[in-house]
Amino acid sequence: MIILFTLLLFCGLVFFTGGTVGILRFPDFYTRLHPAGKLDTFGLVTTMGALAVYVLFSQHQPLTALKIVLIVVFVFITSPTATHAIVDAGVRAGLRPWGKDTSNSEETDVLAD
Amino acid sequence: MEQTFLIASIVISLLMFLSLYRAVRGPTVLDRLIGVNAMGSKTTTLLVLIGLLYQRVDMFVDIALAYAMLNFIAVLAASRYFQKRKGLYDEGAQQ
Repeated sequence: MIILFTLLLFCGLVFFTGGTVGILRFPDFYTRLHPAGKLDTFGLVTTMGALAVYVLFSQHQPLTALKIVLIVVFVFITSPTATHAIVDAGVRAGLRPWGKDTSNSEETDVLAD
Repeated sequence: MEQTFLIASIVISLLMFLSLYRAVRGPTVLDRLIGVNAMGSKTTTLLVLIGLLYQRVDMFVDIALAYAMLNFIAVLAASRYFQKRKGLYDEGAQQ
């Protein structure tokens, strides 16, 4: 059980690191949403699964483990909803996606200010 | 086993500082919203880890659940507010 816990926690930390680097390095608002969604759902699900395994098998608290699983279920419902709401706000506000013709005009101007 | 919790908490805290860069320097308002959302989902994990470090998981799990709900509602309300505005790029340049 300790092996499963460590493996899941390490996998979740890898997903957190990859999502954060993706949020920092992707060129556009729409492309930055892709690692943000991965980080929200899968990183949190794996780390919370690891903690639920530890609480259930090493501390013998089944109710607390059930609450952690409840957090996972809640995040699985709400995180795609939040990501879709952010995308919808960007589309309705008229943000243009990053492309070959718009790659050097707006983004660098904004960052230069 | 406490060493594992401590190392994981420190790694998550450093990643939260990296997400804070996107929340501070994001070109548009929605980029800042992405950074804040990522920080909130990391905080949910960090709260349960803190509970395991302090031997009070049963109390900290409720706080983590409330924080997840609060994060979702904040992101939803902010994105619904900013979609009524036009020209987010100009506002991001001015800030």
